[in-house]
Amino acid sequence: MKIWVYIDHFKGKALPASWEVVGAGKKLGTVAALIFGQNVEALVKDAFEHGADEVLLADDASLADYSAEVFSANLATLATSGSPDIIMLPTTTRGREIAAMAAIDLKTGVMVDGIAIELQGDRLMVTRPIYAGKLLVKETCSTKPQIVTLRGRAFPKPTPEPGKTGTLTKVTPISGGELKTKVEGYSTSDSGVSLIDANVIVSGGRGVSNNPALTPPAGLDEKQAEIWRAQQGFTLVKELASVLGAAVGASRAAVDAGYVPYSHQVGQTGKVVSPDLYIANGISGAIQHLAGMRTSKVIVAINKDADAPIFKMARFGVVGDLFQILPALTTVFKKRLGK
Amino acid sequence: MKIVACIKQVPDSAAKVVVENGRISWGDAPLVINPWDEFSIEAALQLKEKHGGTVTVISVGGENDKEAIKYALAMGADDAILITDPTLAGADTQAIAQVLASAILKIGGVEAGFFGRQAIDNDSGLTPAQTARLLNWPALTLAAVITYDGSRIRVERSIEEGRQSVSANLPVVISLVKDYGEPRYPSFMGIRKAARAEIPTWSLTTLGITAPAPVISWPEIMNPPSREVVCEIISGGTPDEIAETLADKILAEKVL
Repeated sequence: MKIWVYIDHFKGKALPASWEVVGAGKKLGTVAALIFGQNVEALVKDAFEHGADEVLLADDASLADYSAEVFSANLATLATSGSPDIIMLPTTTRGREIAAMAAIDLKTGVMVDGIAIELQGDRLMVTRPIYAGKLLVKETCSTKPQIVTLRGRAFPKPTPEPGKTGTLTKVTPISGGELKTKVEGYSTSDSGVSLIDANVIVSGGRGVSNNPALTPPAGLDEKQAEIWRAQQGFTLVKELASVLGAAVGASRAAVDAGYVPYSHQVGQTGKVVSPDLYIANGISGAIQHLAGMRTSKVIVAINKDADAPIFKMARFGVVGDLFQILPALTTVFKKRLGK
Repeated sequence: MKIVACIKQVPDSAAKVVVENGRISWGDAPLVINPWDEFSIEAALQLKEKHGGTVTVISVGGENDKEAIKYALAMGADDAILITDPTLAGADTQAIAQVLASAILKIGGVEAGFFGRQAIDNDSGLTPAQTARLLNWPALTLAAVITYDGSRIRVERSIEEGRQSVSANLPVVISLVKDYGEPRYPSFMGIRKAARAEIPTWSLTTLGITAPAPVISWPEIMNPPSREVVCEIISGGTPDEIAETLADKILAEKVL
């Protein structure tokens, strides 16, 4: 099978999921890695060392900034002449969009966010979650190329083989007339570790605003006092996250109440995550939250309500006051991890 | 600005969704407007309020999908069209994008197509970009902030690394993320107006197309494997004791 893998990167830095997709592709056939950008030669070596047999490199000023229109048009044009059987991308914001548009150009379909893949003859059978993981579906595409995006952390990252090389083919990007979308700039976030890539997530829910021991400053109305309390609570969540090198998550209740920005939400209308360790603090476990984190390897729940549904998902639970347990846990991990 | 907002009706996010005899069932959970689409309606209404124009809602589905449409009308959308056709059973995202693009062209003079980032049932998140591609319009997806200066539309996109600012001339497709800000609740007057609204129904014949053949199929739908865990409750005399024991247990799992 002729497999193409699109390497998603931001300013020359590959997203880890890209290499996971190379690894998954190698199990199906020979892999050509597609690298689009400007001054991205450094990624070529990485691609070979992570297992790519071939690299198709388009290194050009016209590709300096990511644009869905331009990148997908390049992919579609290359695929029309190169005829891969399968095109694979990581399920990142760029990967999903390039796949969507290239499928239209190539008159084929996209199977999004696969968590398992297998070949049946020359047909790819992709298992993917729907309803945020409340159900799984097996999906297949009757046209070629079969385009699939794979979820981050669902496939193992291949161990790089230092010094491994392969065939490098430089390709000329299509000269793409007038650009419809102009990139004006970036503001990178300070939200720390990304939820999707995180090995460890420490999350907070409504419960983090209920510390009875705190007295809010005078002059706040009821809502402001609640947010103030929640911010004190989330400080405890962030302190543990910082010690563990973890991302900070939140329940829908917590983001809807304005405790933390939406980008932290885990669940059906937030992000679907599957870290190795998920520590839920003051989260009762609404069904739409559980859908978003149920595939975490080890779940720890700290909640004062022994009947909270989160305990049914958890490997370890503490029924108690998170405002006492959480700081104690941070102190212990600081000691144990030598920080 | 003439705006079209494409919406979908889905089971409520609190629904317990299971497969029974190969069919997806959400019990007696209510069907609601896709939660992401509420942000798209909100953004469309704010643009209209600032710059004038109309917001037309379109949805592909069955007669039952009128509930979601009525919700969008109650929020303040001006009118709506339901696209329904028996030949669309089994349509994939590529097919739906073709239907939406045809409808947008048939309405005519549309300057912006608004979408939620994805629907919470299929979770594919492909339709906005695919509809834009078919229309040959720029796709400003995952918008958290939208500004329009009368000629060019600027969007701050929410991406893995933070925000990317992009701009384009009209017509455009825009998809919305939650960071945009709370969608409004329908007003009492809005609900009354929506209840009385006539919602025209278009078939594929109205659009002058035949159902695009789906290329994606679902040979099997499954309930996820149940999570076989027994929760071990950690207890102790003091918070410090509990924390020590819990840390031991977590470290023994070798996940750090």
